[in-house]
Amino acid sequence: MIKRCIFLFIVTTVSFFVRANDNTYNDSTINAGLKLPKGFVAIKAANSIGQARHIAITSNGIVYVKSAKAINGKATYVLKDVDGNGNLSIVSSFDNKGGTGVAIKGGYLYTSTNNDIYRYKLNKNNEIVDTNAAEKIVEGLINRGEHNTKSIVLDNVGNIYVNIGAYSNSCQEKDRVRGSKGMSPCPILDSAGGIWMFKADKLHQTYKDGIRYATGLRNIVGLDWNQQTNSLFVMQHGRDQLFQNWPQYFDSVQGAELPAECMYELHKGSNCGWPYIYYNHLIHKKIVAPEYGGDGKIEGGKEYQEPLMVFPGHLAPNALLFYTGNQFPDKYKNGAFIAFHGSWNRAPLPQAGYMVAFVPFKNGKPLGEWEVFADGFSGKEVVTSTRGAAHRPCGLAQGPDGSLYVTDDSKGTIYKISFTGN
Amino acid sequence: MKKIVIAATLFSVACLLVVAQTKKPVQKTADSPAASIERGRGVYQRECLSCHQADGGGVPHMNPPLAGSTDVVGVDKKKIIGIVLHGMTDRIPLDDEYYSNNMASHANLTNQQIADVLSFVRNSFGNKADVVTLAEVAAVRVGKKK
Ligand code: HEC
Repeated sequence: MIKRCIFLFIVTTVSFFVRANDNTYNDSTINAGLKLPKGFVAIKAANSIGQARHIAITSNGIVYVKSAKAINGKATYVLKDVDGNGNLSIVSSFDNKGGTGVAIKGGYLYTSTNNDIYRYKLNKNNEIVDTNAAEKIVEGLINRGEHNTKSIVLDNVGNIYVNIGAYSNSCQEKDRVRGSKGMSPCPILDSAGGIWMFKADKLHQTYKDGIRYATGLRNIVGLDWNQQTNSLFVMQHGRDQLFQNWPQYFDSVQGAELPAECMYELHKGSNCGWPYIYYNHLIHKKIVAPEYGGDGKIEGGKEYQEPLMVFPGHLAPNALLFYTGNQFPDKYKNGAFIAFHGSWNRAPLPQAGYMVAFVPFKNGKPLGEWEVFADGFSGKEVVTSTRGAAHRPCGLAQGPDGSLYVTDDSKGTIYKISFTGN
Repeated sequence: MKKIVIAATLFSVACLLVVAQTKKPVQKTADSPAASIERGRGVYQRECLSCHQADGGGVPHMNPPLAGSTDVVGVDKKKIIGIVLHGMTDRIPLDDEYYSNNMASHANLTNQQIADVLSFVRNSFGNKADVVTLAEVAAVRVGKKK
């Protein structure tokens, strides 16, 4: 008996210390490990939702998530907060084709693979009527591996916009080969490196049925329709390897910091200048790409659009969301949240990103500078190798109560961030 | 006293120099495996690290890891020599995962540099395999020259 008591005493004491230690050394239990502004809280609403890319939430709280890869033959997930405690449970999962895009509009759920766009009819409760009755609305979009994900968003008059990323870094004759010249004019721009517009309700559309809405955009993953300005906003992934491929013009610090990741407001016919120019946010200038005769100093491309907001290089903006909810403080209203997937091309410097940023907006224009909103997804102070980041923000959605949801395509975590004021 | 200290210091420095000088050629002749691996580290940092990362871990879904890769430590070295020479855009699963990026050709590197860098990656990041020799690279380059 005494022996047993001592044993129990030891077990409880040890487990107490283990727990205490857990809390002291790893505060992953507080706000799901995220650093947030005062008054905000976060939970991991779900875990292991495939490789969760983009996310869309209906007005009655049904959460649709697209996974990059089908896990056990399922790449589209339907989740719900069944118990009303914030935790999301999987209601169903279907669709054996991985992808990135998911959007809800006019009684339909739209999803994209890396080649095609589908839609599913929703009933009046925003549930999919028949998961086997997917309608293919766009097909045969270019997919050559590099920058092949297709992000989608809809406007309010029946059009769907899709990113077709350039299958190249800087349109070189030989992609990513040191010193290889840029092709002039860049032939990729005919079928990629821009945003294409299609009809949201017409089946089996191909390139010839759509229009190239905007061009000169290397790769867009984060995009949103701004309801205030009634226009399309996008976040470009800027080009890589200035230092690695052009060491005569750039050092490793410039290579890590340049070029800017740019936010653009697009209209029909917009041209943002890829591959001919890149944006240097340190001096606020458009600079001729070295593949096209630049040396890191020569300015160029007056005809190309100016970015509305600029971020450090290679942070990889994978989602953009204009906040229209009432839960967050006033400053956030109509402002832009941006989920940064985190870098790989900042080596030999440490990697960066792996956070959600915020840009305040007024009357459809950025007001002041961007700031970090939610940080700590990587779970590390310093990330020296991209795979070392525990979580990588990839998708954003606003819940019906005004909470912000963030997906992570590394572990399939879905974060729910709310404002409590405490 | 001072003189003794200085003399002693000089003597030990001299000893170290002698040891270093005699040791070097013994351990690392120009074509010793250890020397090749060491040179390969520099090539890796300049040519490969940005994509395959400092720990050889690659970038998830984008650039494959060299650490723990079956092909990297494989017996058939021709395959990885070919990848460095000609680049790779195959989009075939590597250890059951697909990678989306393009690997550029590194044909501008000398045969020696390619032997060195592959010897380095075969013996780094937890990998262990025999080195790649100059002759093995030369054979692939001639065999496949366009
Ligand atoms: C621009 C980025 C990039 C650079 C620079 C690069 N690689 Fe790669 N590497 C890749 C990608 C992407 C693949 C896979 C391509 C595919 O799946 O089609 C790859 C594949 C490989 C493989 C095959 C791996 C396997 O498991 O089969 C080896 C070996 C390799 N690279 C070695 C190197 C070496 C050595 C260097 C430097 C001399 C280098 N790479 C430079 C991106 C890069």
